[in-house]
Amino acid sequence: MADPIIVKPALETRGLTIRFGGHVAVNDVSCGFAPGTLTAIVGPNGAGKTTYFNLISGQLRASAGQVLVDGQDVTNLPASARTRRGLGRAFQLTNLFPQLSALENVRLAVQSSAAAGWSMLTVWNSRRDLIEKAEAVLERVRLSDKRHVTPAALSHGDQRKLEVALLIAMEPTVFMFDEPTAGMSVDEVPTILDLIQDIKRQGHATVLLVEHKMDVVRSLADRIVVLHNGALVADGEPASVIASPIVQEAYLGVEVSHA
Amino acid sequence: MKPAFLASAQPEDTGPSNGLLLRLLSSDGPRSRALAALLVVIVLGLAATPFLFGGSQPLGTAAKICVFIALAASYDVLLGYTGIVSFAHTMFFGIGGYGVAIALDRLGPTWTSVGLGLLGALALSAALAAAIGLLSLRVRAIFFSMITLAVASAAAVLASQMSTITGGEDGLSFQLPHQLRPAFRLFAEPVLGLSINGRVLAYFLVFFAALAVFLVLLRIVNSPFGRVLQAIRENEFRAEALGYRVVAYRTAASVIAALAATIAGGLLALWLRYNGPDTTLSFSIMIDILLMVVIGGMGTLYGAVIGATLFVLAQSYLQVLMGWANTALTGVPVLPDLVHPDRWLLWLGALFIISVYAFPGGIVGHLRRRH
Repeated sequence: MADPIIVKPALETRGLTIRFGGHVAVNDVSCGFAPGTLTAIVGPNGAGKTTYFNLISGQLRASAGQVLVDGQDVTNLPASARTRRGLGRAFQLTNLFPQLSALENVRLAVQSSAAAGWSMLTVWNSRRDLIEKAEAVLERVRLSDKRHVTPAALSHGDQRKLEVALLIAMEPTVFMFDEPTAGMSVDEVPTILDLIQDIKRQGHATVLLVEHKMDVVRSLADRIVVLHNGALVADGEPASVIASPIVQEAYLGVEVSHA
Repeated sequence: MKPAFLASAQPEDTGPSNGLLLRLLSSDGPRSRALAALLVVIVLGLAATPFLFGGSQPLGTAAKICVFIALAASYDVLLGYTGIVSFAHTMFFGIGGYGVAIALDRLGPTWTSVGLGLLGALALSAALAAAIGLLSLRVRAIFFSMITLAVASAAAVLASQMSTITGGEDGLSFQLPHQLRPAFRLFAEPVLGLSINGRVLAYFLVFFAALAVFLVLLRIVNSPFGRVLQAIRENEFRAEALGYRVVAYRTAASVIAALAATIAGGLLALWLRYNGPDTTLSFSIMIDILLMVVIGGMGTLYGAVIGATLFVLAQSYLQVLMGWANTALTGVPVLPDLVHPDRWLLWLGALFIISVYAFPGGIVGHLRRRH
């Protein structure tokens, strides 16, 4: 069912599996993600989408299978090392530095991609380049006016934007969004979707998007991968995947109750 | 006129800092007039102590304050900035003290001995801190604290058992290099009415070394590296996801704090011409450092200055003060007994409980909030 991958994938999982006791949360998922494509990963709650993300970005260790970035096996590397190889992840539940300002949150992400973290004897604000980059990213997510506000004092929607800002600031080659618009008010959603469009339009980035809203998936995705009970059950062009019986049965039934 | 170090000192002020003093403070000024004034009084007071007060007791207290400022500041790098609770900090303090003491005792009272002793101590501390960090900073915070407690207890037992080298419970008394002995005179004539003898030189050695340690630590916590430590304290999971190797950063912070504590221990030994379990290794000193950092204000480094100064002053003079109060209140029922000098520890404890309640963010946190 899957399209054959002709371009060398930027990210690939081979037989990726994790078991928690007797429960298999992700079951033998093999999938490649080509550069310049946006793949939506859909499935009902509990299908293993976030767990699949956690296995890819290194928050969880696989029971079996491999994760490859640019053809290199990263299965045994910690999350930080995978990030340094270009895997960038935004989290479903907002996961920021609560007592540091919005600007400092983003600056830390910029600083990581600039590999400046071990510099001990310079003062942080002497690196104007890092600060300017962080401010540019805040501008992109329209949070410039809140640069001195701590995440604890930001609205939920602004926290989501900051979460995306951190991901952009890391300048990864693979962008992983986990329900970026969850819990956002209707008028805030377009900002995030425009950002994802922007990233996609740049061409070389590989984007993975876990999303529940079917209209979002339809408008953004080049390809849809369906997970159900931890297994990959459908993979292909959005139109054909959405029309397939297995998706109608396994996913869209749940989607109705979500909409 | 506004002092230079108050000119541009908001934490997020991103303009390149101009003031020389602010540069020395790594762009991290006091950010509160009251705090700035307090710090100026403490630093000038410590620098002027030999000129202002006669006798050895005030100078001894001042030297102890200097040493504990460096020690508490190094502990704040762990506790306040990185969020690591270690109980092994006095072990590194003790290693510094013993390094200097053993070298001067065995190799004779020369500067080479001081240097070798300190270098050996620094190497041992760095190795131990790195080993403890790499082996145990992966486990949950509470287990890490327990491990440091165990290691520190083992070190204390070891120091008292190896009495042929360490002097056991009696500790080691030793001679200082010629220039630091009371009989040495730097100048034939007194300066500002004070004859600059070896004791005064030893005091200024302690003062400037502690100042240097503090300024280096201030630079480190305000560096890109220091910002990563704060990120780890705030959310270690996300720091790791951003690409920062949390265990490596935490271990580095432990090693830096251990090195600074080692230097502080060496300074105390030089000042006292003695090192023993009670001056550098005891667990009660560990509690003192913890209190100094918490009372002063965690994660500010200036809190260590305020906390250490208040704590050492209270330890040294509360008893004297209570003696006066006791005499003044003779004849009044109950009260004289309550302020009897023997009860000074009770009052010290009461003072600390009150200050922790009154200033939950520490004294520095309180002063900065009012601003």
